[in-house]
Amino acid sequence: MCSLEKRGNLFILTLTGQSVEHRLNPHLITSIIAALSQAKAQSSRGSALVTVSHGKFFCNGIDLDWVNAVARSNQEAQQHFDHLYHSLKRLVLAFISLPMPTVAAVNGHVAAAGVVLALCHDYVIMRRDRGVLYMSELDKGIGIPEVFMALFRAKISGSTRRDILLRGLKIKGEEALKMGIAEAVHDGEEGVTDAGTEMGDELAKRKWDGEVYVEIRKGLYPELCGMLGMTSNVTATPKL
Amino acid sequence: METCKLEKRGKLFILTLTGEDEHRLNPTRIDAIRSALNQIRSGSSSLSGSVLITTAHGKFFSNGYDLAWAGSSPEKIRLMSSKLRELVVDLISFPMPTVAAITGHACAAGMIFALCHDYIVMRKDRGFLYMSEMDIGLKIPAWFMAVMSCKIGDARVQRDVVLRARKLTAKQAVESGIIDVALDSAEETVKGAVELGENLAKKGWKGQVYSENRKELYRKVIDKLGVDETTDDVENVAIATSKM
Repeated sequence: MCSLEKRGNLFILTLTGQSVEHRLNPHLITSIIAALSQAKAQSSRGSALVTVSHGKFFCNGIDLDWVNAVARSNQEAQQHFDHLYHSLKRLVLAFISLPMPTVAAVNGHVAAAGVVLALCHDYVIMRRDRGVLYMSELDKGIGIPEVFMALFRAKISGSTRRDILLRGLKIKGEEALKMGIAEAVHDGEEGVTDAGTEMGDELAKRKWDGEVYVEIRKGLYPELCGMLGMTSNVTATPKL
Repeated sequence: METCKLEKRGKLFILTLTGEDEHRLNPTRIDAIRSALNQIRSGSSSLSGSVLITTAHGKFFSNGYDLAWAGSSPEKIRLMSSKLRELVVDLISFPMPTVAAITGHACAAGMIFALCHDYIVMRKDRGFLYMSEMDIGLKIPAWFMAVMSCKIGDARVQRDVVLRARKLTAKQAVESGIIDVALDSAEETVKGAVELGENLAKKGWKGQVYSENRKELYRKVIDKLGVDETTDDVENVAIATSKM
């Protein structure tokens, strides 16, 4: 479902699995959370993580087929949907509490919960020649859960946020760069992936203390972290 | 030893951090600044249509807390934090517009001090705005975050300043919407601040009203000033010495 590789100080999380769209279901989510735990356990000063994917999609949202396949009634579908939502919350928590800088190398289309996954990272790099970022909920007539709204409020400002959420825009890489959603755009899947790992390496070179990094990240996103139930620790480890 | 001087130029009050040192925010310097602000407030002349300009000599506007002075004493760090917070209350409730004329580096608590002014004019040929905490390994307190959240609108810029410890030149700071104007040199910067100050003074705003409006605008900061969770917890704080 996903694989984790360690290259020097850089952790590379790859979304794999048969699903071309890398849709988020409980299995993939559990697999990603486990990989993040592993990265955390193996982390040291100056670690970083980049998430990559292959093919036409980075992540196209939640796995509605899974929801419908296992449900035998509307009520059961709702329960599975709720379960999926709670898993997603745990996924956001896992990323936000990861003690190292994170980069999402978005190789293709990213939609709905996939956008949430991308925004869980500190930095987003997109592809210039292909792929759109799209919050499809409005077009599909689905509401957006409060914790994801908090994530948007934390990471994206003003009219950009309004445009993503209330306008149903399909945003290409260049646009995303201009709107301040993406840090950089590159051509080709390899271009994006290489740029992602390069950025990860650059951030790792700063040799930041992971515990301090995550505490400062929490301070930067207090509303989101409060909703995720994250408590603060006071840490200050001198750089000697 | 004099750490700052106050002069009056028409309706403008110019507060200068003197000396060629790093103008670190230790209790002595903070007390001197607060005393100058007090002097302005309690002066006999009407404060309507007045403006405060804060500037500094030398290579640094302010390089933050005096960590060398504090050494490994949690009490000293706590004292600096509580005094800085009192200074911020003074600035946020100051009964006139405030302009920071940044003629050198403003880092960490020094950058926060700069941000607590209504307007920032900065020299573009030298000097950075820099939240160094990530690089030194110090947690940033919630009240610092509140100042930055109020004064730096854009989420990505905030992320870069805080999580990437980005050093911003004046030009970058203008582009990022953090400061108002970037000017060519120290002299030009002070001139520009004076010009801005004179334009603001011409409005003849009532000091008390200005103060009340500013307090409401920055209510989020005021609400967080009662606590510094990074210095109040004695056991867990280890003091880093400056990397500069």
